[in-house]
Amino acid sequence: MADPIADMLKAPPDAAAGACPSGGGGIVMATADWLVNWARRSSLWSMTFGIACCAIEMMAAAAARYDWDRFGIIPRGSPRQSDLMIVAGTVTAKMAPVVRRLYDQMAEPKYVLAMGACTIGGGPYARHGYHVVKGVNRILPVDVYIPGCPPRPEALLEGILTLQRKIQATRGTLKGTLLNP
Amino acid sequence: MAGWLDKLWIPAIARSLAVSMRHLLRSWFGRGPVTIAYPEERHEAPPGFRGEHYLKVDDQGRIKCVACFLCATACPAECIHIEAAPAPWDAREKYPAVFDIDLLVCIYCGMCEEACPCDAIALSPKYYTCTTSREAAVLHRDRLVANYPAERGPAPVSVAPIRVGDHI
Repeated sequence: MADPIADMLKAPPDAAAGACPSGGGGIVMATADWLVNWARRSSLWSMTFGIACCAIEMMAAAAARYDWDRFGIIPRGSPRQSDLMIVAGTVTAKMAPVVRRLYDQMAEPKYVLAMGACTIGGGPYARHGYHVVKGVNRILPVDVYIPGCPPRPEALLEGILTLQRKIQATRGTLKGTLLNP
Repeated sequence: MAGWLDKLWIPAIARSLAVSMRHLLRSWFGRGPVTIAYPEERHEAPPGFRGEHYLKVDDQGRIKCVACFLCATACPAECIHIEAAPAPWDAREKYPAVFDIDLLVCIYCGMCEEACPCDAIALSPKYYTCTTSREAAVLHRDRLVANYPAERGPAPVSVAPIRVGDHI
C-alpha cells in the first residue's frame, strides 16, 4: 500500500505541469489551491457527535493508543468550531432533525464522516427497524463511509486519511473568491 | 471498617494518583509511548477477529459456495444477496451467480460463517475498510473471493465438519 502521507505531501501535479485546474489561475492559483487544501485537511476539527456505541471506538481513536491528534483532528464540542462531523452511532428518526440542525450550524467548509453500520445503512435495523434513519446520507452529504459494528479505531483513522486525500485532491478551491473570481 | 480517614477520600485519591504516576513513569522509562502510529505500523488482529468477509475456493479453484441461502437466512441484518445458478461442475447442483454482501448493513456478527454447511464463507481479519461511495461498500462475488487474507497462508481445503473458528 502506498504511503498516504507521502502522497499528500507531493507537489500538486497540475501546478507542476503548468495546467490551470482552478479556471485560468495558472500555476499560481493551483499552488494556492494546494496550500488551502493542505491547511484544510491538516486541521480537521471534528464535531464529536457520538450518539451510540460507535462513540466508544471514536473515543479510543482520540485517546493515547491511536491518537488522532497526529492527523490534526481536535475534538470540539460546538458545531461553530468544527469542520468535520463524525456521526458515530444510530441515527433514530427522533434524532435526525437534531443531526441536521447541528450540521447546518457548522461553518463551511464542512465534511461528514459516517461511522458504523447503523449510521451508514441502518445496520440491523435496515430491513425491519421502524425508528432508524436508513443511512445518514438521507439527511447529510456524507463524504466517507466506514463499515463495521463498530469499526475499529484504525478504520476510523483510515476514514480520516481517506477524507484528507479527498480534500487534498479538490481542484478549484479558491474559485469564486476574491483571489480567483 | 471505614473510618474517618476513608471518608476524607484521601487514601483513594492517593491510590488513583499512584496508578497514573506508574503509567507515566512506565511511558517515560519503560516501553515508550503506547501510541500505534496507524498507517505505518498496524496492529495485527487476533485469530478469530471478524473483519471483511471472503469466499473460499476449493483446490481446483471452484468456489465452494453451493448457493443454499443458509447464510442469507441466518443473517440478522439481512445483508447477503444471493442469486443461484446451475453449477458448471458435476460435483454440485448450484453455485452463486451473484453473491453480494452489503457492508453498509452488515454487523460483522459471523452468523453467516457459522451457518455455512460447506465452510465457504468466513470473516477475514481485515478491519480497516472505508469507502467514499455507497456502491463501493457492496462487496460482489469476485471481490469476496479475492478477499482471502494471503498472509494467513494458502486457503484451507477441507471437507471436515465445520467447527466455529475453523477457518483460522
